[in-house]
Parts: sequence; structure tokens; C-alpha cells
Amino acid sequence: MSKPVKLRRFQAPIWDEPVIMEMGVPGRRGAHFPAAEDAVAEAVGGAGALVPSAMARPERPALPELSEPDILRHYLHLSQETLGMMGISLFGTCTMKYNPRVNERLAARPEMAQLHPNQDPSTLQGLLEGVHNFDLMLRELSGMDQFVFQAAGGADAAYTHTCITRAYHAARGELKQRDQIITSIQSHPCSPATANTAGFEVITLPLDEKGYPSLEALKAAVSDRTAALMINNPDDMGLYNPEIKEWVRIVHEAGGLCFYDHANFNGVMTKIRAAELGFDACMFMLHKTFGVPKGGGGPAVGAYGCSAKLAPYLPGPLVTLDNGRYALTDPGPHSIGKVREYYGNLQQVMKAYAWTRAMGLEGLSEAADISVLLNNYMEKELLKIRGVTRSHPDIDGWRLEMTRYSLEQLYEETGVTVADVQNRMVDFGIDAFWMAHEPWLVPHPFTPEAGEMWSLEDIDYWIAVLRQVSDEAYSNPQLVQTAPHNQAVQKVKVEPLEEPDHWAMTWRAWKRKRSAA
Amino acid sequence: MKEAVRRAHPFMPNSVDSIKQGLLQELGIDSVEALFEQIPSSHRAAGTFNFPPALSAEVELNRHISSLLAKNQSCESHLSFLGGGCWQHYVPAVCQEIMSRSEFLTPVWGTPSSDHGRNQVWFEFNSQLGELIAADMVGMPVYSWGCATGHAIRMASRLTGRHKVLLPRILDPERRAVIANYCEPEEMPSHIAMIDIASDPATGGLDLADLRKHLDESVAAVYLETPNYLGVIETQAEEIAAMARAAGAETIVGVDPISLGILKAPGDYGADIIVGTTQPMGVPMSCGGGLGGFIASRDEPRYAHEYPTLMLSIADTAREGEVGFSMALMHQSSYGSREDGKDWTGNSTYLHAIAGAVYLSLLGPEGLRELGELIIQRAHYAAQRLNGIDGLSVPLQQNFFKEFVVNFDGVGKSVAEINAALLERGIFGGIDLTETFPELGKSALYCVTELHSQADIDHLANTLQEVCS
Repeated sequence: MSKPVKLRRFQAPIWDEPVIMEMGVPGRRGAHFPAAEDAVAEAVGGAGALVPSAMARPERPALPELSEPDILRHYLHLSQETLGMMGISLFGTCTMKYNPRVNERLAARPEMAQLHPNQDPSTLQGLLEGVHNFDLMLRELSGMDQFVFQAAGGADAAYTHTCITRAYHAARGELKQRDQIITSIQSHPCSPATANTAGFEVITLPLDEKGYPSLEALKAAVSDRTAALMINNPDDMGLYNPEIKEWVRIVHEAGGLCFYDHANFNGVMTKIRAAELGFDACMFMLHKTFGVPKGGGGPAVGAYGCSAKLAPYLPGPLVTLDNGRYALTDPGPHSIGKVREYYGNLQQVMKAYAWTRAMGLEGLSEAADISVLLNNYMEKELLKIRGVTRSHPDIDGWRLEMTRYSLEQLYEETGVTVADVQNRMVDFGIDAFWMAHEPWLVPHPFTPEAGEMWSLEDIDYWIAVLRQVSDEAYSNPQLVQTAPHNQAVQKVKVEPLEEPDHWAMTWRAWKRKRSAA
Repeated sequence: MKEAVRRAHPFMPNSVDSIKQGLLQELGIDSVEALFEQIPSSHRAAGTFNFPPALSAEVELNRHISSLLAKNQSCESHLSFLGGGCWQHYVPAVCQEIMSRSEFLTPVWGTPSSDHGRNQVWFEFNSQLGELIAADMVGMPVYSWGCATGHAIRMASRLTGRHKVLLPRILDPERRAVIANYCEPEEMPSHIAMIDIASDPATGGLDLADLRKHLDESVAAVYLETPNYLGVIETQAEEIAAMARAAGAETIVGVDPISLGILKAPGDYGADIIVGTTQPMGVPMSCGGGLGGFIASRDEPRYAHEYPTLMLSIADTAREGEVGFSMALMHQSSYGSREDGKDWTGNSTYLHAIAGAVYLSLLGPEGLRELGELIIQRAHYAAQRLNGIDGLSVPLQQNFFKEFVVNFDGVGKSVAEINAALLERGIFGGIDLTETFPELGKSALYCVTELHSQADIDHLANTLQEVCS
């Protein structure tokens, strides 16, 4: 529908930037601290005498010695050697968002950045008001009765749920008996992994031909050992399980709790509410759906919401409004305590609150519409590209905000893998696409998510690049297999990294192993 | 009422009617509703959403959020002596500048080639931290010190096949609560018993007799911290590690890396697994949102194969002489093996590692030494000043780094009352320990850093004298 796409002549900056451990000159300084005041030094003597001799550091750490401008430029070079969403990132399941810079500026103000968590709540009233107001907005979106923001990521919120599951069943004297958590093979790995860490046995349901596990499989798995169900919906293939209400009913009937991983909320914002579907608890990732920067992997927030039934088990404290004052309130004796110190990444909660206020209810609804509209447009165009198929090709109908594709055909016809394609697309300024979580249910998978932040021109460009790479795979597969060619460094040799003699997680390990080699 | 004109939302480039209409036409449908056909109508949200009005104009949003934040009082507007598990240190401007670069701030994952620069910064953080703590293996950061300790204890339990950990009785209650969740309740099959080890009231360090009493071949790990929650430098760390080793237990040491410009590195006194905080290294407190943690160890396969974290390794590239960075040992993470992986991992605090890399390179060995010396001198000066006030005492006047306990038993007021009086005078007093450590009497934990000048400390002393008299 749009104009023909002209591919960009992209070239990443190549700085050949040394590792900082090999830079600098002894004696160079990047920061000074003042000497202690005369009266201080006079009163307490030199620092050397204050350090117990058994614990005094005998030698200075082998850190690089550089001046401030050297360091600034080194790290600016490294930022330039990072594609980092300067191009187009459709990293599926992570919902790439615009991160409004006004929120960064606000969060850097001392009234946010220079707050200590042990300050008296009377000195935190504005922050607590923002957090509480955002809690109320999430309650509207989910139907839950209380949110808590302590979990420092989506996986931590899943872990929160497994801890609450323990406490809930322990309070009923049923924890020893209820030792199983049920999930699906299409759930995020953090659901089974946190369930296992919390001490539960994990039952993973396979998919049937409809693209989600059958009711029969669920019924066969449920028993008086069921502690909880942890499930996402829609899944990462854009498929919505229309039997989910029945699922919740069955698990409840068996005495289990139902947790809704709302990782894929973007396409259904304002369309469905977790509590109305019967769920006891849900989780929103503020660093995904709610406009908080991802920071390359946190600081993040897994906002955990639950019904009144589970609220006594929440980690504390909760932010509450009592007689016009905001307070930090202990959830009570049944609380699971803490999943992380203090109250959570509240600077990120404030950014999410600001983003949601900027969007408004209509904005959220429109964003969901756009993300689903664009995904289906993309699907139509991508399926025209040679070698591209979609998962579950027999399931007709529109997908939600994501579709899972396969490059199996491309691989079989050209020998070019999905990783090769990913490596070649970055040559055109396209950030890596998401493939799929383990285990791969379709060979050579990829999962782009259009979301609402990318323009139609961006989406058309992305499609055009994949078309170009497909053409290259059929005409000159070696070009794709040896990619990237326009990036900061060439392809990294990853195979040796499983070997103790080769992996090196620090410079000191690398030096030692290289000199031994 | 005036008719609202629908405007395209500033965050959404496709929020333009002609684009949306064009897309619908491409799909051959009249309404976007058709695309939601998978969701049964009985699943659709009932009723309305009670939402505040949108603030799509940045000028309005800025005013709203600013006015909320203006209701807070901060450690900049006030003089704060709060520490405990989150500390006010100076954040150099270059840390802020680099951390707010869009390439680092906004993305998620790329390929090793397209995210080369970011991966290098992470590697530089892990490498510098490794030098500071004397460890060859450093995992990618985790949520917090408490979470790092929880994972480390579970690593030790898997390594030894034992289900008991010895921890100091003197432990941050926040951190303890986090660790408790990682150790699982008794009903669970891999429950790890948490046994408290007393501290020696004379030194503030671990009571070795009590440790000896509990240390046997059922113990997976001995956990110690230096400086500990009350600021005390553990002088017997080497002996404790040797005792643990003799019992076949792992030694887990928790540290505040900012102390290591002057204090001995844990890797040099027998630590097997090292954990700690990343927050003091260039990350603002943000009411606890600045927290981060790390896990490190010797570079041995037995440890390497128990890490739950992502592991970033340096590696050769296809170009001769060129290095890059990539994740190693992915198969043992929850991403690689779901419930069969080691604990779990996910989004963490990786942006803070970028601030930390910049911070450590700015300070370098001499900056860290100067910083450590300044802090320890000023903290001792503060302890002396407060100890000289009628009714106040500082029970342990040596072997501490930046925090120390002040006792108010000689004052006819509670710590809460004293802190309220300080607050009225623009000071955030130390953390009240009265309920969490009743054996210390009416006590508070005071924290002094490079941000506290002599004048600030004198002002605190004078104000305490006034409010305690």
C-alpha cells in the first residue's frame, strides 16, 4: 500500500575500541576525591590506622587508569558500536516501546533519584501517590484488587506468584500435598523455572492441533496435587485460547490457583480483564507494555496484581491511602515477606504511570488496535516472501499482536539458517528479531512484533529487508551465511564458549587462558 | 461543550486515520474489531474503565509529574544518614551521560555483532569488578544483593548436596526476608534451613565459638558479610573460610565493592562465592530502585555450571585478531532449559552494569583508595562526635567502614522520637534498629559517605545534642 522501499546503505561505526582493561597509563586519573578535612584527620588519624591490618588491601586493584575525557569517549564509541534500537527493533514478546524522554528527565530529578527507601513515608508522599494512582489504573485494566511492584522483572513476578502459591496452600495445611504447577509448552520459561525453584514439580502441557493445549490434557493433569496454573494468553504465536475460562474453572474446582502471565498484553489492552476471566492473579511487565525503558535487561518491573483472596499473602509493604495520607502498610502475618529488598524499582513505576497517563484509556485501546492491525498487515506481506511460512499454517483467521513464522523452507532450499538471516538483517540497520523460546516448536522460528511505536514506513522497510535477504539466500547464500558484513565486528565464534579452557567472563580469566594457550 | 478534534497521538506514528483506513483496506475488512475474532465475546471486558483523563500534551504531563515529585523530600533537600542496604554515594556526571545514551537505555537484545559495544561495556564491568573482588568468574548482574545471596546459597546447596546455611544473626532484615524465600519453606523438598550465627558483642564480628558449634558436615555454606549490616569489618574472614572449607562447606562472602579500594578482596581470603551490591557504583538510590547485585567465584567448571545468571564471555570473531562477546553456558539457564535450568533468570539490572563500568574506570585504583580513605575517616569522625554527646554512645568505635551503631539508651526519648525531631530540623537520622535488633537497645544505624563534609557531621552532632538534651 505504501511507496516502494529504498534499502539504506547502512554501515555501523567501527571503532576497533580496545577493552578498557588494556587502556590507560599508570598515574592517569579520572576522578579525584578530597582529602579529609584537617579537623577530621586530626581527630581520627590516617585512614591506614583505621583499617584492621588483617583486612587491609595489600595492593591496589588492577583497574585501568584513564582521564575523564578518555572514558567519556571510550563509552561513547561503545554506544555507537551498539545498534540499540537506532534502527528498527521488532523483538517479539518484548513489545518494543517508545520511552518518552520527559520521563527520564523527571526520574533523574533529586525528588526521585535521591530518595532513600528508609525515609519516613511523610517525606515520600508524592512518590507514593503516583504509585498508588498507578495501582488503581492497573486494577481497572485487570479487575484485580491490589497490585505490588516489588518484583524486579517479569520472572520475579512469576516467582512472586510461586511464593504466594506456597503461602496460600500452607495456610490451608495443603502445601505438602499440592506440589504441582501446571503450565503449557508455550508459556515463558520463567513460569516453569520459577515454579521449580520454589520447590514445585512442573507439568507442561503440549499443544494440540488448535495451537493450544486441549481441555482433555488439562483435565488429565489436574488433581488434588495441583497447586497452580501459570499461563499466558494469547501465546507468542498470536493465538488466543478461547477455552481459558473453562481452564480456570477446572483448576479452581481442583483447588488450584490461576496466574495470568500478561506478557502479551499489548494486543488485548482494554479488551479483556484477567479477573473477569476468573484468574486469581496476573502480572504486567512495565518495561514492556507500559513504556518503561528496557535498559538492555532492566531495571524492570513485574507488576503483580491479585484478588482480595490472595492479598494477605502479598510481599510487603503495600502502598495504601489512609485518611488522605499515603502509607507503607504491612500486608500482615500471612505475607510472603520479600522477593527483593524494599519496594521495587519505583522510578520505573513512575515512568509507567507517566506513560499511561500520556496514553490515556483511548490511547491504550488504540495502541492495541494498531498493534494487531499492523501484525496482520505484516503477516500478509511476509507470507509473500519466498521461504517464509507461519506456524500452524492450518489455523485460519487473524492472529493477535504477534505471529510466529518459520524459515524451515528457506533453510531446506538454501542452507541458510534463521540465525544467518538475523545476522544479515542487521547489515541493513535492523535489530535482531526474536526467534522463539526453547524448545522450538517450529524449525527456524522468528517472531516479529510490530507494536504501536513503529511507523508503517518502518514496517515496510523491515519487510523489504527480509525480502532482500531471502533473495540473497536463494541467489548467493554464502553472502548471508558469512554475515554480518556492515557491523562493528564480524561474527563471534561462539562454539568454543562451552569449553572451560575457552570461556572467559572477565579480562583476568582471558589473559590467563590466552597466555596458557 | 466543544467538539474534540481527534489528533494523532504523539507516541504512535500510525495514529492517523488515513493510515489505519489503508491498513484495513489491505486486509479487506471494515473494522479492526474483525481482527479480535479469536476472543469470545463473553471474554471481552465488561463495563467501563475508570481512568483519569489522558495527558497527551507533554507540557501538562510534565507539570503533573513534577508537582507529584515536589511533594517529596529528598536526600538532596535534607541531610541524610540513611544506609543499610541502599546508600547515598556521589554519581559522577559521566555515569549519567553514558547510562542515558539511547543505544543503552532503550533496547533489549541484539546479535553479538550488532550489540557489540553494549556487550563490551558489560564485559568491562564484570572484568573491573573481578579485579576489585579478586574473582575470575563474574556472572551478569541480578536484582539485588539479597537475590544474589539467595542464588549463591542455592548454588552451594546443589554443589554440596546439603540443605543448611549458616548466616550472621546481624543481617539486613530486608535481605534476610529475601533470602528466606530462596531457601524455601520446610514443606518443600529442597528446603534449606537457615541457622543464625551470633556476633561477638565485643568486636561486632562473627562469634567463632557459635560458628564452630553449628558447623558440621550437614552445612552447605557459611555466609558472612564484610562490612556487615552494622558496618563492621569482619577481621576473622580468613579463619571463617578455612573453618568452612574444613567442614566441606562453601564460603559465601557478601561485600560492598566500594569498600574494596582499601579492604582486602574476598577472593584473597578464601571466599568461594562472592556476592554483593552494584548500587553504590554510579547508580542513584531512587528509593531502592537503584539496587542491583552480583554473583562471582573462581573460574572452575564446578562453580560455572551452577550459575543461574547469564554468562557473558569474550571470544574471537571471524576476523583475525578481533574480539567480540557472546553468552556462554546458555543451556543451563532457564532460557535454555526451563524448569531443568539453574533457578531462573530474566530481565535484571543490566543498565546499572553500564553505570558501574563507567564508575570503576573513572575512579581507577587510586580513586577507589581515596574514596575508601575519605569515607572511613569521616565515618570515624562522626562516630567520635556522636559518642561525645551526653546520653549517646557508639558501642563499637573501631573496625567499621561507613556505617556504625549509635545507642540512645541514655536519652529519655525513643529513636523514633529523635528521628522525628531531626526530620523537623532537615535531617534524616539513621535507620531505627530498636525493633529489628532489640538486643542493641535503643539504637540507630548511621551511614556516612563522601557526601558528608565535616560541616555536615558537625551539624548532625549539634542537632542531636539539641534534640537529645
